[in-house]
Amino acid sequence: MRKLFGLLITIALGVMIILALDKTSAFPKFGEVNLQERISNQYLTEENVEMVGSANIVTAIVVGYRGFDTLGEVTVLFISALGVAFIFGGTKQQRLDLKFKPNFMLRVGSNVLLGIILVTSIYIILHGHLTPGGGFPGGAIIASAVLLLYLADDKFRSNVKGFKLIEGIAGSIFVVVGLLGLVFATAFLENFLPVGTVGQLLSAGIIPIIYVLIGLKVGSEIAGVVDNFLTEEESA
Amino acid sequence: MTFFEIISLVIGILLLVIAFMAINSKKLINSVLFLSALSMLAVVAFVLMKAPDVAITEAVIGSGLVTALFVFTLLSLKRRESE
Repeated sequence: MRKLFGLLITIALGVMIILALDKTSAFPKFGEVNLQERISNQYLTEENVEMVGSANIVTAIVVGYRGFDTLGEVTVLFISALGVAFIFGGTKQQRLDLKFKPNFMLRVGSNVLLGIILVTSIYIILHGHLTPGGGFPGGAIIASAVLLLYLADDKFRSNVKGFKLIEGIAGSIFVVVGLLGLVFATAFLENFLPVGTVGQLLSAGIIPIIYVLIGLKVGSEIAGVVDNFLTEEESA
Repeated sequence: MTFFEIISLVIGILLLVIAFMAINSKKLINSVLFLSALSMLAVVAFVLMKAPDVAITEAVIGSGLVTALFVFTLLSLKRRESE
């Protein structure tokens, strides 16, 4: 009875939301938006694309126009990783044992896969200004490669201090690049390098540099979180 | 109805059904697996809506890392209960 009542309420609310949003001016039918009245139209004009130099408009907005927001996003991720380390971390850490013993084939196969995953992540990070993807997904793919190592080898323990070092250096260089924009151009995180041809690998000024830094930072942060989840204190 | 509309409809209904199963399953591990399947279907929906950037992020984080972290948390909880 209670479940039926809940289902009815859910369906009624769903119908109300669909009726309220369907074909109003704010939510037109999918694919039939008039771009002339939207803010995103400004980013899509030809002179703006050539000014930013990024073929992927999403990257142009995330790192180019709104780089300061991205710095904040990276900071939020840093704080959450810090919180996880605060709760799970300790001086004497030992990794969680797996219930099964990984055999030789699993270890070798995971090492082969590791190479493919890392190459994919580097490709996604480096081509962030040309194709979909970028620093955040690429960094998460690096972290999933670390997770694969943890799963396939019951003795493996990653170098957590190295991750912390990479994370700190990448974050600092991000801020330094932003400050250089203040020195050589007019604003924080403004592009001060030549833009180049749209669609080439070495184009878009500081956007690829920042995305590589974000990829390193996100990858090492999430890898640290994975390490924190898969270790426990020795006395247990 | 075009092919695109049919695929969108099927994906949408499957999303609803799997979300319902994720909430209502008795074992926690089944909920986590349904959540992973939900993310995978959401990836297809994002690709259909021409948002490949979001799709890549969802595929990596939603169905990869988050599922793994949930599973490991459940494993360590089970170990602690048995001790």
